[in-house]
Amino acid sequence: MDVFLQQLINGLTLGCVYAVVALGYTMVYGIIQLINFAHGEVVMIGAMVAFSVIVALNGSGVPPPLIVALGVLAAIPICMAVGYSVEKVAYRPLRNAPRLAPLITAIGVSIILQHVALLIWGRNYISFPQIIPNETYHLTSSATSATITNIQIAIIVLSIAMMVGLVLLVYKTRIGIAMRAVSQRPDVAGLMGISSNNVISFTFVIGAGLGAIAGVMIGSYYGIAHYQMGFMLGLKAFCAAVLGGIGNLAGAVLGGILIGLIEAFGAGYMGDLTNVCTLDKFLPGFTALCEANNNMAVFGSSYKDVFAFIVLILVLVFRPQGLLGERVADRA
Amino acid sequence: MSLLTLSDVKISYGGIQAVKGINISVAEGELVTLIGANGAGKTTTLKAISGMLKPYTGRITYDGKEIAGKPAHEIAQMGLALVPEGRGVFPGLTIEENLLMGAYHRRDKVAIAQDIEVAYTRFPRLKERAKQTAGTLSGGEQQMLAISRALMSRPKMLLLDEPSMGLAPIMVQKIFEVVREVAAQGMTILLIEQNAKLALQVSHRAYVMDGGLVSFEGRSADLLHDPRVREAYLGEAA
Ligand SMILES: Nc1ncnc2c1ncn2[C@@H]1O[C@H](COP(=O)(O)OP(=O)(O)O)[C@@H](O)[C@H]1O
Ligand SMILES: [Mg+2]
Repeated sequence: MDVFLQQLINGLTLGCVYAVVALGYTMVYGIIQLINFAHGEVVMIGAMVAFSVIVALNGSGVPPPLIVALGVLAAIPICMAVGYSVEKVAYRPLRNAPRLAPLITAIGVSIILQHVALLIWGRNYISFPQIIPNETYHLTSSATSATITNIQIAIIVLSIAMMVGLVLLVYKTRIGIAMRAVSQRPDVAGLMGISSNNVISFTFVIGAGLGAIAGVMIGSYYGIAHYQMGFMLGLKAFCAAVLGGIGNLAGAVLGGILIGLIEAFGAGYMGDLTNVCTLDKFLPGFTALCEANNNMAVFGSSYKDVFAFIVLILVLVFRPQGLLGERVADRA
Repeated sequence: MSLLTLSDVKISYGGIQAVKGINISVAEGELVTLIGANGAGKTTTLKAISGMLKPYTGRITYDGKEIAGKPAHEIAQMGLALVPEGRGVFPGLTIEENLLMGAYHRRDKVAIAQDIEVAYTRFPRLKERAKQTAGTLSGGEQQMLAISRALMSRPKMLLLDEPSMGLAPIMVQKIFEVVREVAAQGMTILLIEQNAKLALQVSHRAYVMDGGLVSFEGRSADLLHDPRVREAYLGEAA
């Protein structure tokens, strides 16, 4: 069962990152019904900025944990500024336009941000310097024990802290209540003296801040960053948000963790499950093949990126509103 | 002195003119009602006053300042509170959160908590359901909430759009009691009502709207006995 436990830990780590990114999609969708396709790029910029800071300070005598913290502290305000500006410049003028217009604009913004990153950081994969030594902890005493690393622990703990923080913000603070008010009745919110524009800006800023941290987490986890990394990550997180029920915070968390787990288990077991040699018991005749080559997997772990989308399609067929979403017809 | 004045205000939806040049004024401490048939332009007028719509011409002055075309949240912060048609509660927010949103631009936490207690005393139903979402309330309870929420901003002037719409008679009575009570405390009120008789009974002055224009205006007591008003709006033979 060590493979199982290992994939559970890997999936949970990845799922936490997806969940934090998915929260950014779902918050913005919840308040203005816009799919902010540029959110993945905000995450990428977070990773890139942190990378630049870490490289610049590496070996300067500043203690490594402080360097990483400074990287995060630089990434957050820069991503917030990007999120704020994108909303103000690209989306706000289209607030009352037909829905296709802001959607296409979002895709355009995403491409622009990718190319800005390309100009600044180049087209190559950038590897994060391992300034904090990777420590691995064995979970059992067996030789093949599943392990968890210090980075995985940090990602999981930090993600949970951010999720709890966001829930407290949205449900317990004045601005959080206003966010929900604007999402439910934007016209009436104005009558309360609430400036919808300010609340919407705030939502983008918070989502971008979470995205910045997610970017640093994913960059440190995989050890690499790339100007196009936001695309697939953003797409999966978006799937996570839709899977959980877009607009719903708990749904984004659930969807993110599910996508992470599905991906990890898919990567861990897909090879075995689709290995034709295991069919020999049921359909004799593969023996000859398998004598020559013991692993004849039809789909290997490299198909892991596909799982998120397969699951999304299946769920949407049976539950178009997502796992925790309300039916659209029920919305005011 | 007049707190709110509309001069030659015209409002249109796209090309369709809904309000065709009206003059209305409400003095400080006055309870004025605006009555008229469905589609006369009453709601449109209130929306323009509260900043939800921009009149294409005309002046709206409130408290000495021109407010036509200002965004709704700025007008609300100036002390003009609208209870919108259909109540407009935030369905997914609890009663308490709805009330807190009414006080959004206030910072005096202690006084806000006191005002919530005042609302609960006025409408004990709201207190019983303080932690429930507003979407679960009955129409009458939602109206109590909408009025209480508007009062939470401690407005200088209250605009009410058909507060009795769709309510059982006993609920209508309760709502009007509160309108009277609030008016008696000195609040300036502009009240839209379909129940013309009730509206004329509680108000000082009245405007009657018809097809986007003001067709009659005067003291409510006089309009109650005006044969033209009685025939057209009170459902009585002249
Ligand atoms: N959103 C809208 N778009 C187009 N026309 C509207 C809209 N709202 C109201 N109208 C029209 O404006 C006129 C006045 O409506 P309204 O102000 O709601 O009347 P009242 O509140 O007196 O019943 C009506 O003819 C109505 O059909
Ligand atoms: Mg109306």
